[in-house]
Amino acid sequence: MMDAPPAPLLTVEHLSMRFGGLVAIDDLSFSAARGDITAIIGPNGAGKTTVFNCITGFYKPTSGRIVLAPGGEPAAGQVDALTASGRRWRRGASATVFLLERMPDYQIAARARIARTFQNIRLFPGMTLLENLIVAQHNPLMRASGWTLLGLFGARSYAKAERRAVERAKYWLDKVGLMDRADDPAGDLPYGAQRRLEIARAMCTEPALLCLDEPAAGLNPRESAELTGFLKSIQTEQATTILLIEHDMSVVMEISDHVIVLDYGQKISDGTPDTVRNDPKVIAAYLGVEDQEVDEVEAEIAR
Amino acid sequence: MDATAQRPPASRRIAAAVKDALGTALVALGLAVPILALRTEQDIFNELVLQARWSYVAIAVLVAFAGRLLYLIAAAAPRMSRPRPRAGLTPAVASVAGRIFAGGGLVLLLLYPVLALALAGSAGAIKWIDNFGIQILIYVMLGWGLNIVVGLAGLLDLGYVAFYAVGAYSTALLVHNFGFGFWLCLPLAGIMAAFWGVMLGFPVLRLRGDYLAIVTLAFGEIIRLVLINWVPVTNGYAGISGIPRPTFFGIPFNASDEGFAAVFGLEFTPLYRTLFLFYVILALALITNWVTLRLRRLPVGRAWEALREDEIACRSLGINTTNTKLTAFAIGAGFGGFAGSFFAARQGFISPESFTFLESALVVAIVVLGGMGSQIGVAIAAIGMIGGTEILRELDWLKRVFGSDFEPAHYRMLLFGLAMVLLMIWRPRGLIATRRPSIFLRERRAIRAEFVGEGRG
Repeated sequence: MMDAPPAPLLTVEHLSMRFGGLVAIDDLSFSAARGDITAIIGPNGAGKTTVFNCITGFYKPTSGRIVLAPGGEPAAGQVDALTASGRRWRRGASATVFLLERMPDYQIAARARIARTFQNIRLFPGMTLLENLIVAQHNPLMRASGWTLLGLFGARSYAKAERRAVERAKYWLDKVGLMDRADDPAGDLPYGAQRRLEIARAMCTEPALLCLDEPAAGLNPRESAELTGFLKSIQTEQATTILLIEHDMSVVMEISDHVIVLDYGQKISDGTPDTVRNDPKVIAAYLGVEDQEVDEVEAEIAR
Repeated sequence: MDATAQRPPASRRIAAAVKDALGTALVALGLAVPILALRTEQDIFNELVLQARWSYVAIAVLVAFAGRLLYLIAAAAPRMSRPRPRAGLTPAVASVAGRIFAGGGLVLLLLYPVLALALAGSAGAIKWIDNFGIQILIYVMLGWGLNIVVGLAGLLDLGYVAFYAVGAYSTALLVHNFGFGFWLCLPLAGIMAAFWGVMLGFPVLRLRGDYLAIVTLAFGEIIRLVLINWVPVTNGYAGISGIPRPTFFGIPFNASDEGFAAVFGLEFTPLYRTLFLFYVILALALITNWVTLRLRRLPVGRAWEALREDEIACRSLGINTTNTKLTAFAIGAGFGGFAGSFFAARQGFISPESFTFLESALVVAIVVLGGMGSQIGVAIAAIGMIGGTEILRELDWLKRVFGSDFEPAHYRMLLFGLAMVLLMIWRPRGLIATRRPSIFLRERRAIRAEFVGEGRG
């Protein structure tokens, strides 16, 4: 394992996000390697979800660069040339490179192929499970329907594309064990099933990078264990890189290949689960500072 | 323990009810004194004199007292413990009933003119086909058009009449300035209205909910004011007249030798034109319905509904919400334009008076009462609302009861208000509150309204 590491799928460089006077993310740099499960952890308010929102385009970062290179390693200098050009993405000889901070949210999902889930689940509650998964395949279906015109007159190509979309939806319904409820409204599902459905919906977009915002929140231990297995299977079977925010340390430590710890918008630790677990800075951030050290710390702050 | 054992004794309950009713009577008194008690009238010297009408106040207060008391007593009466029917039919029943109703309704619509002719004779039938048939179908079409924007995409549009006006005025102006016929104006009017739908869509894309509603309302008023004030083009309040009626493949409906009746060897009567207009608007409305039902099963329609459910989730799935909203505005507006074009050709005369906010409100009310997103519900609501208005005009026998000053049609807004309040109490999500999924694996089960989003813009 001593040869040069392959270029990461996602590279975040010097990312900062300010809301007025509040610095939510402060000069954050990290990367997520291709095929890995990378976890972002940190105490409440550390800026984890803000990082997600910057990557997926829901926020425009104040400064910084977010590079996604799906498909392969970008040629030397390709990223810098693209940055200088002012364009949003460029198809190179070996790989297409996207500068996510320049792209609107829906383009990040549609072109750069980043799918995400939300901390507070965002399904389409009045639509059936199947419809939820079909809506996720909007863009390929839209093309197949000839931007509605062909579909309106019942073109066969669209019918075929829709059948394929249903097959994919069935595959993912089966994966998350919700096949029996395919024709029920998503809002009728129990909480844990809604979480699984949201991941299935994100996977229906065939993402290169899957961003999960607290996928285990509100799940009981058995459901958490199932989720762990499910995410592992996505990693191995789908060649999808996963970036996740999680508070449940049993999940994080079990499935992550790489853990990044944030506190007050800054990265305080970065490494394998074992390194992070034993990092005194991480322990201090999570547990607070010990009582006898309070004076020391206050003195340090006063200085 | 028995539930009745816990209730206070009857005497105390009646005392409480009387007390409550007295309170109501007091409120009624407070309201009635300023409104009813004093009336200013001009006497023979042209001076204003106050006229006390205390009897009116007494009647109002008594009615309030008695009404409240009766209501409380009725409410307190032991109810039979039959389970309350759930709001809305069970989904399966609603689905089957909907299909039967749709099929039967279509047959009825196709045969309606024949029925009218058979029942009312050829002279009386014109009124029934025109005032009831055509008038209602125009509103059904408007309702279905607006249903795309409000019901499917969840964007509250209070200025829909603007597109109706654009359609009507495009037709009138194209006829007068370029001499186009109705059949050429019809698609052009739809395109013009769709274009203005997009023009409205752009600035309001960022707005949601109430803000969107206000801006669309303003847009409707702007269009109307432009029509009033741009006199050189629109002829202002006076309106545009002389719009030619639709022709039957180039054959006009008139008494001339080239007219429809003469060509087909029939005796001339205005009935043929009315019949023709009826089937034209029926066809237009059915096309609207067909396109809407079709679009719902296409990605764009599913995106509209997804947008209504959760816009942020849509964006996270790569759906361009800007384009999705604009297509909803454009297609909805386009159908409004078609309806407007037909309206212009049917009336032969249009003026800004036909495109007031009241029309927008009426169409929104039709969509909301029908059940947002439900095609059949909207049709039923249009029949109820517009047919109800027309029926009121027919109730001349009421004059014999209430005196010749009584004009039943004047009470239509009161009755509408009442009907709406009652409907919103019993069926808060409209007549047909369930949603039909656009695709299914094993069986199509209607979705209960509690899960379906109403859209916040």
